[in-house]
Amino acid sequence: MAAAGGDSNGDSDSEEMLLTPAQLIHSLEQAWLNEKFAPELLESKPEIIECVVEQLDHMEANLKRAKKGDLKVSVHHMEIERIRYVLSSYLRCRLVKIEKFFPHILEKEKSRAEGEPSVLSPEEFAFAKEYMANTEAYLKNVALKHMPPNLQKMSLLKSVPKPNLDSFVFLRVLEPQENILVEPETDEQREYAISLEEGSQHLIRYRTVAPLVASGAVQLI
Amino acid sequence: MAAERAMELVRELHRAAGGHLPPFRTDVLRQALEEMRALYERNQADVSEAKSGRTDLIFLIRFRHCCLLRNQRCLLAYLYDRLLRIRALRWEYGSVLPNTIQFHMSAEEVEWFSRYKKSLATYMKSVGGEEGLDLTQDIKPPKSLYIEVRCLKDHGEFEIDDGTTILLKKNSQHFLPRWKCEQLIRQGVLEHVLS
Repeated sequence: MAAAGGDSNGDSDSEEMLLTPAQLIHSLEQAWLNEKFAPELLESKPEIIECVVEQLDHMEANLKRAKKGDLKVSVHHMEIERIRYVLSSYLRCRLVKIEKFFPHILEKEKSRAEGEPSVLSPEEFAFAKEYMANTEAYLKNVALKHMPPNLQKMSLLKSVPKPNLDSFVFLRVLEPQENILVEPETDEQREYAISLEEGSQHLIRYRTVAPLVASGAVQLI
Repeated sequence: MAAERAMELVRELHRAAGGHLPPFRTDVLRQALEEMRALYERNQADVSEAKSGRTDLIFLIRFRHCCLLRNQRCLLAYLYDRLLRIRALRWEYGSVLPNTIQFHMSAEEVEWFSRYKKSLATYMKSVGGEEGLDLTQDIKPPKSLYIEVRCLKDHGEFEIDDGTTILLKKNSQHFLPRWKCEQLIRQGVLEHVLS
Protein backbone atom coordinates (compact mmCIF):
# COMPACT_ATOMS: atom_id res chain seq x y z
CA MET A 1 0.00 0.00 0.00
CA ALA A 2 2.11 2.87 -1.20
CA ALA A 3 0.46 6.23 -1.15
CA ALA A 4 1.88 8.63 -3.66
CA GLY A 5 1.27 12.18 -2.56
CA GLY A 6 1.08 13.58 -6.04
CA ASP A 7 -0.46 16.82 -7.22
CA SER A 8 -0.34 19.52 -4.59
CA ASN A 9 -2.76 21.75 -6.44
CA GLY A 10 -0.37 23.73 -8.54
CA ASP A 11 0.78 26.92 -6.92
CA SER A 12 3.67 27.24 -4.49
CA ASP A 13 5.01 23.80 -3.62
CA SER A 14 4.99 21.88 -6.84
CA GLU A 15 7.64 19.39 -5.81
CA GLU A 16 6.40 15.81 -5.85
CA MET A 17 6.44 14.22 -2.46
CA LEU A 18 6.35 10.54 -1.92
CA LEU A 19 5.13 9.42 1.45
CA THR A 20 4.64 6.06 2.99
CA PRO A 21 1.23 5.64 4.63
CA ALA A 22 2.85 5.91 8.04
CA GLN A 23 4.47 9.24 7.14
CA LEU A 24 1.20 10.44 5.70
CA ILE A 25 -0.71 9.67 8.87
CA HIS A 26 2.06 11.24 10.90
CA SER A 27 1.80 14.47 8.93
CA LEU A 28 -1.97 14.43 9.32
CA GLU A 29 -1.57 14.06 13.07
CA GLN A 30 0.91 16.91 13.13
CA ALA A 31 -1.42 19.19 11.21
CA TRP A 32 -4.28 18.14 13.47
CA LEU A 33 -2.44 18.89 16.71
CA ASN A 34 -1.13 22.19 15.43
CA GLU A 35 -4.60 23.22 14.35
CA LYS A 36 -6.09 22.15 17.66
CA PHE A 37 -3.71 24.20 19.76
CA ALA A 38 -3.03 27.26 17.62
CA PRO A 39 -5.29 30.21 18.38
CA GLU A 40 -5.61 31.22 14.73
CA LEU A 41 -6.51 29.31 11.58
CA LEU A 42 -3.43 27.72 10.03
CA GLU A 43 -2.73 27.15 6.38
CA SER A 44 -4.90 24.47 4.83
CA LYS A 45 -3.27 21.20 3.80
CA PRO A 46 -5.27 20.02 0.80
CA GLU A 47 -2.67 17.53 -0.34
CA ILE A 48 -2.60 15.71 3.00
CA ILE A 49 -6.37 15.53 3.18
CA GLU A 50 -6.63 14.27 -0.37
CA CYS A 51 -4.06 11.53 0.24
CA VAL A 52 -5.64 10.45 3.51
CA VAL A 53 -9.03 10.17 1.88
CA GLU A 54 -7.51 8.10 -0.92
CA GLN A 55 -5.74 5.95 1.62
CA LEU A 56 -8.97 5.37 3.53
CA ASP A 57 -10.81 4.36 0.36
CA HIS A 58 -7.97 2.07 -0.52
CA MET A 59 -7.97 0.41 2.89
CA GLU A 60 -11.71 -0.06 2.81
CA ALA A 61 -11.55 -1.64 -0.63
CA ASN A 62 -8.83 -3.99 0.63
CA LEU A 63 -10.93 -4.95 3.61
CA LYS A 64 -13.88 -5.86 1.42
CA ARG A 65 -11.69 -8.38 -0.35
CA ALA A 66 -10.39 -9.86 2.86
CA LYS A 67 -11.50 -13.22 4.21
CA LYS A 68 -14.37 -13.33 6.64
CA GLY A 69 -13.60 -13.84 10.28
CA ASP A 70 -9.95 -12.96 9.87
CA LEU A 71 -8.59 -11.43 13.02
CA LYS A 72 -6.63 -8.89 11.04
CA VAL A 73 -9.82 -7.49 9.58
CA SER A 74 -11.01 -6.05 12.85
CA VAL A 75 -7.61 -4.57 13.58
CA HIS A 76 -7.60 -2.83 10.23
CA HIS A 77 -11.16 -1.68 10.77
CA MET A 78 -10.15 -0.05 14.00
CA GLU A 79 -7.30 1.65 12.21
CA ILE A 80 -9.67 3.07 9.61
CA GLU A 81 -11.98 4.33 12.31
CA ARG A 82 -9.11 6.02 14.08
CA ILE A 83 -7.80 7.71 10.96
CA ARG A 84 -11.25 8.86 10.03
CA TYR A 85 -11.71 10.32 13.47
CA VAL A 86 -8.49 12.33 13.22
CA LEU A 87 -9.42 13.57 9.76
CA SER A 88 -12.95 14.58 10.80
CA SER A 89 -11.72 16.19 13.96
CA TYR A 90 -9.12 18.16 12.02
CA LEU A 91 -11.64 19.48 9.51
CA ARG A 92 -14.16 20.18 12.24
CA CYS A 93 -11.63 22.14 14.19
CA ARG A 94 -10.95 24.29 11.13
CA LEU A 95 -14.66 24.87 10.56
CA VAL A 96 -15.12 25.97 14.15
CA LYS A 97 -12.32 28.49 13.75
CA ILE A 98 -13.73 29.72 10.46
CA GLU A 99 -17.13 30.26 12.05
CA LYS A 100 -15.59 31.99 15.01
CA PHE A 101 -13.32 34.39 13.16
CA PHE A 102 -14.96 34.59 9.74
CA PRO A 103 -14.75 38.38 9.23
CA HIS A 104 -11.03 38.42 10.00
CA ILE A 105 -10.25 35.37 7.92
CA LEU A 106 -12.13 36.72 4.92
CA GLU A 107 -10.46 40.10 5.34
CA LYS A 108 -7.05 38.45 5.35
CA GLU A 109 -8.03 36.47 2.30
CA LYS A 110 -9.00 39.69 0.51
CA SER A 111 -5.69 41.39 1.23
CA ARG A 112 -3.68 38.31 0.34
CA ALA A 113 -1.02 38.96 -2.28
CA GLU A 114 -1.12 37.13 -5.57
CA GLY A 115 0.75 33.83 -5.35
CA GLU A 116 0.76 33.73 -1.57
CA PRO A 117 -0.86 30.50 -0.37
CA SER A 118 -4.32 30.89 1.08
CA VAL A 119 -5.18 29.72 4.58
CA LEU A 120 -8.51 28.48 3.27
CA SER A 121 -9.15 25.65 0.87
CA PRO A 122 -11.57 26.59 -1.96
CA GLU A 123 -14.36 24.67 -0.22
CA GLU A 124 -13.69 26.39 3.08
CA PHE A 125 -13.60 29.74 1.33
CA ALA A 126 -17.02 29.10 -0.20
CA PHE A 127 -18.33 28.05 3.19
CA ALA A 128 -16.93 31.12 4.94
CA LYS A 129 -18.41 33.45 2.35
CA GLU A 130 -21.84 31.86 2.60
CA TYR A 131 -21.68 31.97 6.38
CA MET A 132 -20.79 35.65 6.36
CA ALA A 133 -23.50 36.58 3.85
CA ASN A 134 -26.09 34.56 5.72
CA THR A 135 -25.29 36.08 9.09
CA GLU A 136 -25.11 39.62 7.75
CA ALA A 137 -28.43 39.27 5.97
CA TYR A 138 -30.03 37.89 9.10
CA LEU A 139 -28.85 40.70 11.37
CA LYS A 140 -29.85 43.29 8.82
CA ASN A 141 -33.32 41.85 8.38
CA VAL A 142 -34.18 41.35 12.00
CA ALA A 143 -32.69 44.38 13.69
CA LEU A 144 -30.49 46.75 11.73
CA LYS A 145 -33.01 47.87 9.17
CA HIS A 146 -35.43 48.84 11.92
CA MET A 147 -32.88 51.00 13.64
CA PRO A 148 -32.41 54.75 13.12
CA PRO A 149 -30.60 55.58 9.86
CA ASN A 150 -27.28 56.48 11.48
CA LEU A 151 -27.08 53.11 13.25
CA GLN A 152 -27.96 50.79 10.40
CA LYS A 153 -24.38 50.06 9.50
CA MET A 154 -22.36 47.67 11.54
CA SER A 155 -18.96 46.22 10.91
CA LEU A 156 -18.66 42.53 11.70
CA LEU A 157 -14.93 43.02 11.51
CA LYS A 158 -15.09 45.21 14.58
CA SER A 159 -17.73 43.29 16.49
CA VAL A 160 -16.46 39.74 16.14
CA PRO A 161 -13.45 39.04 18.38
CA LYS A 162 -10.06 38.47 16.80
CA PRO A 163 -8.00 35.37 17.45
CA ASN A 164 -5.81 36.00 20.47
CA LEU A 165 -2.30 35.61 19.12
CA ASP A 166 -0.82 36.42 22.52
CA SER A 167 -2.12 33.26 24.10
CA PHE A 168 0.48 30.79 25.29
CA VAL A 169 1.12 27.45 23.64
CA PHE A 170 3.14 24.38 24.50
CA LEU A 171 5.50 23.22 21.83
CA ARG A 172 8.15 20.66 21.06
CA VAL A 173 11.07 21.60 18.83
CA LEU A 174 11.59 19.48 15.74
CA GLU A 175 14.33 21.48 14.05
CA PRO A 176 16.82 23.45 16.17
CA GLN A 177 16.41 27.23 15.97
CA GLU A 178 18.67 30.03 17.01
CA ASN A 179 18.08 33.65 17.87
CA ILE A 180 14.35 33.68 18.21
CA LEU A 181 13.43 37.16 19.37
CA VAL A 182 11.00 37.20 22.27
CA GLU A 183 9.07 40.41 22.61
CA PRO A 184 8.89 41.99 26.06
CA GLU A 185 5.73 41.39 28.00
CA THR A 186 5.98 44.40 30.27
CA ASP A 187 7.66 47.75 29.79
CA GLU A 188 10.49 46.96 32.18
CA GLN A 189 11.65 43.93 30.25
CA ARG A 190 13.76 44.12 27.14
CA GLU A 191 13.58 42.11 24.01
CA TYR A 192 15.80 39.05 24.20
CA ALA A 193 16.75 36.15 21.99
CA ILE A 194 16.49 32.48 22.77
CA SER A 195 17.64 29.34 21.00
CA LEU A 196 15.46 26.31 20.74
CA GLU A 197 17.18 22.95 21.00
CA GLU A 198 15.86 19.99 19.16
CA GLY A 199 13.54 17.88 21.26
CA SER A 200 13.15 20.51 23.98
CA GLN A 201 9.71 21.66 25.09
CA HIS A 202 8.62 25.20 25.76
CA LEU A 203 5.70 27.29 26.87
CA ILE A 204 5.70 30.47 24.87
CA ARG A 205 3.47 33.09 23.34
CA TYR A 206 1.98 31.97 20.04
CA ARG A 207 2.88 35.21 18.25
CA THR A 208 6.58 34.56 18.78
CA VAL A 209 6.58 31.12 17.23
CA ALA A 210 3.82 31.47 14.64
CA PRO A 211 6.25 31.40 11.67
CA LEU A 212 7.93 28.29 13.09
CA VAL A 213 4.61 26.52 13.45
CA ALA A 214 3.79 27.38 9.86
CA SER A 215 7.12 26.07 8.60
CA GLY A 216 6.87 22.88 10.64
CA ALA A 217 10.00 23.55 12.69
CA VAL A 218 8.07 23.17 15.93
CA GLN A 219 5.11 21.03 16.90
CA LEU A 220 2.39 22.29 19.21
CA ILE A 221 1.53 19.83 21.96
CA MET B 1 -34.95 54.50 28.92
CA ALA B 2 -31.26 53.66 28.98
CA ALA B 3 -31.34 50.44 27.01
CA GLU B 4 -33.07 48.48 29.75
CA ARG B 5 -35.07 46.34 27.34
CA ALA B 6 -32.03 45.38 25.34
CA MET B 7 -30.13 44.61 28.51
CA GLU B 8 -32.99 42.42 29.64
CA LEU B 9 -32.55 40.31 26.50
CA VAL B 10 -28.83 39.93 27.03
CA ARG B 11 -29.33 39.08 30.67
CA GLU B 12 -31.88 36.45 29.82
CA LEU B 13 -29.44 34.71 27.48
CA HIS B 14 -26.71 35.00 30.04
CA ARG B 15 -28.88 33.27 32.62
CA ALA B 16 -29.82 30.46 30.24
CA ALA B 17 -26.40 28.87 30.50
CA GLY B 18 -25.13 25.73 28.87
CA GLY B 19 -26.19 26.52 25.32
CA HIS B 20 -29.88 26.31 26.17
CA LEU B 21 -32.08 28.26 23.75
CA PRO B 22 -34.81 30.32 25.41
CA PRO B 23 -37.84 31.45 23.39
CA PHE B 24 -37.27 34.32 20.97
CA ARG B 25 -38.62 37.52 22.49
CA THR B 26 -40.19 39.31 19.59
CA ASP B 27 -42.10 41.74 21.78
CA VAL B 28 -39.10 42.87 23.79
CA LEU B 29 -37.06 43.24 20.64
CA ARG B 30 -39.78 45.40 19.15
CA GLN B 31 -40.01 47.53 22.28
CA ALA B 32 -36.27 48.06 22.28
CA LEU B 33 -36.37 49.10 18.64
CA GLU B 34 -39.21 51.50 19.42
CA GLU B 35 -37.19 52.96 22.27
CA MET B 36 -34.37 53.55 19.83
CA ARG B 37 -36.70 55.28 17.42
CA ALA B 38 -38.03 57.55 20.18
CA LEU B 39 -34.52 58.42 21.34
CA TYR B 40 -33.49 59.17 17.79
CA GLU B 41 -36.46 61.42 17.12
CA ARG B 42 -35.93 63.42 20.29
CA ASN B 43 -32.29 63.77 19.43
CA GLN B 44 -33.14 65.04 15.97
CA ALA B 45 -35.43 67.64 17.46
CA ASP B 46 -32.83 68.73 20.00
CA VAL B 47 -30.10 68.89 17.39
CA SER B 48 -31.97 71.53 15.46
CA GLU B 49 -32.54 73.44 18.71
CA ALA B 50 -28.88 73.20 19.57
CA LYS B 51 -27.96 74.55 16.17
CA SER B 52 -30.01 77.61 16.87
CA GLY B 53 -28.01 78.42 19.96
CA ARG B 54 -29.00 76.13 22.84
CA THR B 55 -25.59 74.62 23.48
CA ASP B 56 -26.66 73.21 26.85
CA LEU B 57 -28.51 70.49 24.96
CA ILE B 58 -25.36 68.99 23.53
CA PHE B 59 -24.69 66.85 26.60
CA LEU B 60 -28.18 65.45 26.49
CA ILE B 61 -27.77 64.63 22.82
CA ARG B 62 -24.52 62.87 23.51
CA PHE B 63 -26.06 60.89 26.30
CA ARG B 64 -28.92 59.79 24.10
CA HIS B 65 -26.53 58.80 21.39
CA CYS B 66 -24.62 56.61 23.82
CA CYS B 67 -27.90 54.97 24.78
CA LEU B 68 -28.59 54.32 21.12
CA LEU B 69 -25.19 52.72 20.64
CA ARG B 70 -25.66 50.61 23.71
CA ASN B 71 -29.05 49.49 22.47
CA GLN B 72 -27.62 48.54 19.12
CA ARG B 73 -24.80 46.62 20.68
CA CYS B 74 -26.98 44.72 23.11
CA LEU B 75 -29.53 43.77 20.49
CA LEU B 76 -26.93 42.53 18.06
CA ALA B 77 -25.18 40.60 20.79
CA TYR B 78 -28.48 38.98 21.66
CA LEU B 79 -29.21 37.96 18.09
CA TYR B 80 -25.67 36.80 17.34
CA ASP B 81 -25.37 34.74 20.48
CA ARG B 82 -28.63 33.01 19.64
CA LEU B 83 -27.26 32.16 16.20
CA LEU B 84 -24.22 30.57 17.81
CA ARG B 85 -26.44 28.48 20.03
CA ILE B 86 -28.57 27.39 17.09
CA ARG B 87 -25.42 26.49 15.22
CA ALA B 88 -24.31 24.26 18.09
CA LEU B 89 -27.68 22.50 17.92
CA ARG B 90 -27.02 21.50 14.31
CA TRP B 91 -23.99 19.55 15.49
CA GLU B 92 -25.79 18.05 18.42
CA TYR B 93 -29.09 16.98 16.92
CA GLY B 94 -28.35 16.62 13.23
CA SER B 95 -30.21 18.42 10.48
CA VAL B 96 -33.70 18.03 11.97
CA LEU B 97 -34.25 19.83 15.24
CA PRO B 98 -36.72 18.60 17.84
CA ASN B 99 -40.04 20.43 17.85
CA THR B 100 -39.56 21.88 21.31
CA ILE B 101 -36.49 23.75 20.12
CA GLN B 102 -37.99 24.87 16.81
CA PHE B 103 -40.83 26.33 18.80
CA HIS B 104 -38.35 28.69 20.46
CA MET B 105 -36.91 29.99 17.21
CA SER B 106 -38.14 32.96 15.20
CA ALA B 107 -39.01 32.55 11.51
CA GLU B 108 -35.82 34.37 10.52
CA GLU B 109 -33.75 32.13 12.72
CA VAL B 110 -35.27 29.08 11.09
CA GLU B 111 -34.31 30.53 7.73
CA TRP B 112 -30.75 31.23 8.89
CA PHE B 113 -30.55 27.70 10.21
CA SER B 114 -31.65 26.13 6.95
CA ARG B 115 -29.09 28.20 5.04
CA TYR B 116 -26.42 27.18 7.49
CA LYS B 117 -27.38 23.54 7.05
CA LYS B 118 -27.11 23.93 3.31
CA SER B 119 -23.63 25.51 3.38
CA LEU B 120 -22.44 22.87 5.78
CA ALA B 121 -23.85 20.06 3.64
CA THR B 122 -22.18 21.51 0.54
CA TYR B 123 -18.91 21.69 2.38
CA MET B 124 -19.11 18.16 3.74
CA LYS B 125 -19.96 16.81 0.32
CA SER B 126 -16.94 18.52 -1.23
CA VAL B 127 -14.36 16.97 1.10
CA GLY B 128 -13.38 13.38 1.30
CA GLY B 129 -13.93 11.60 -1.98
CA GLU B 130 -17.13 10.95 -3.88
CA GLU B 131 -19.63 10.57 -1.08
CA GLY B 132 -18.17 13.31 1.05
CA LEU B 133 -17.34 13.04 4.71
CA ASP B 134 -19.96 13.45 7.39
CA LEU B 135 -18.13 15.59 9.91
CA THR B 136 -20.93 15.35 12.43
CA GLN B 137 -20.03 11.69 12.87
CA ASP B 138 -16.99 10.47 14.78
CA ILE B 139 -17.30 13.20 17.38
CA LYS B 140 -15.51 11.18 20.01
CA PRO B 141 -12.34 9.20 19.46
CA PRO B 142 -13.21 5.55 18.84
CA LYS B 143 -12.44 3.34 21.80
CA SER B 144 -13.59 0.01 20.46
CA LEU B 145 -15.05 -1.45 17.31
CA TYR B 146 -18.13 -2.90 18.90
CA ILE B 147 -20.45 -1.29 21.38
CA GLU B 148 -23.33 -2.56 23.43
CA VAL B 149 -26.67 -1.10 22.45
CA ARG B 150 -30.22 -1.48 23.65
CA CYS B 151 -33.24 -1.16 21.35
CA LEU B 152 -35.73 1.47 22.32
CA LYS B 153 -38.20 0.74 19.52
CA ASP B 154 -39.07 -2.13 17.21
CA HIS B 155 -37.00 -1.51 14.12
CA GLY B 156 -37.30 -4.79 12.23
CA GLU B 157 -34.43 -6.66 10.65
CA PHE B 158 -31.03 -5.08 10.36
CA GLU B 159 -28.16 -6.30 8.28
CA ILE B 160 -24.57 -5.95 9.43
CA ASP B 161 -21.51 -5.84 7.24
CA ASP B 162 -20.72 -9.54 7.26
CA GLY B 163 -24.17 -10.39 5.86
CA THR B 164 -25.88 -11.67 8.98
CA THR B 165 -29.17 -10.10 9.88
CA ILE B 166 -30.42 -9.49 13.37
CA LEU B 167 -33.84 -8.57 14.63
CA LEU B 168 -33.98 -5.26 16.44
CA LYS B 169 -36.77 -5.77 18.94
CA LYS B 170 -37.72 -3.39 21.68
CA ASN B 171 -35.68 -3.85 24.86
CA SER B 172 -33.31 -6.35 23.30
CA GLN B 173 -29.59 -5.79 23.71
CA HIS B 174 -26.96 -6.29 21.03
CA PHE B 175 -23.27 -6.05 20.55
CA LEU B 176 -22.83 -4.29 17.23
CA PRO B 177 -20.18 -2.52 15.18
CA ARG B 178 -20.10 1.13 16.16
CA TRP B 179 -20.12 2.57 12.65
CA LYS B 180 -23.38 0.81 11.87
CA CYS B 181 -25.09 2.07 14.99
CA GLU B 182 -24.21 5.73 15.13
CA GLN B 183 -27.04 6.74 12.82
CA LEU B 184 -29.62 4.62 14.65
CA ILE B 185 -28.52 5.93 18.02
CA ARG B 186 -29.05 9.45 16.81
CA GLN B 187 -32.48 8.58 15.45
CA GLY B 188 -33.40 7.26 18.86
CA VAL B 189 -33.82 3.65 17.79
CA LEU B 190 -30.85 2.39 19.75
CA GLU B 191 -29.32 3.49 23.00
CA HIS B 192 -25.66 3.10 23.84
CA VAL B 193 -25.37 1.08 27.02
CA LEU B 194 -22.57 2.35 29.17
CA SER B 195 -21.54 -0.06 31.84
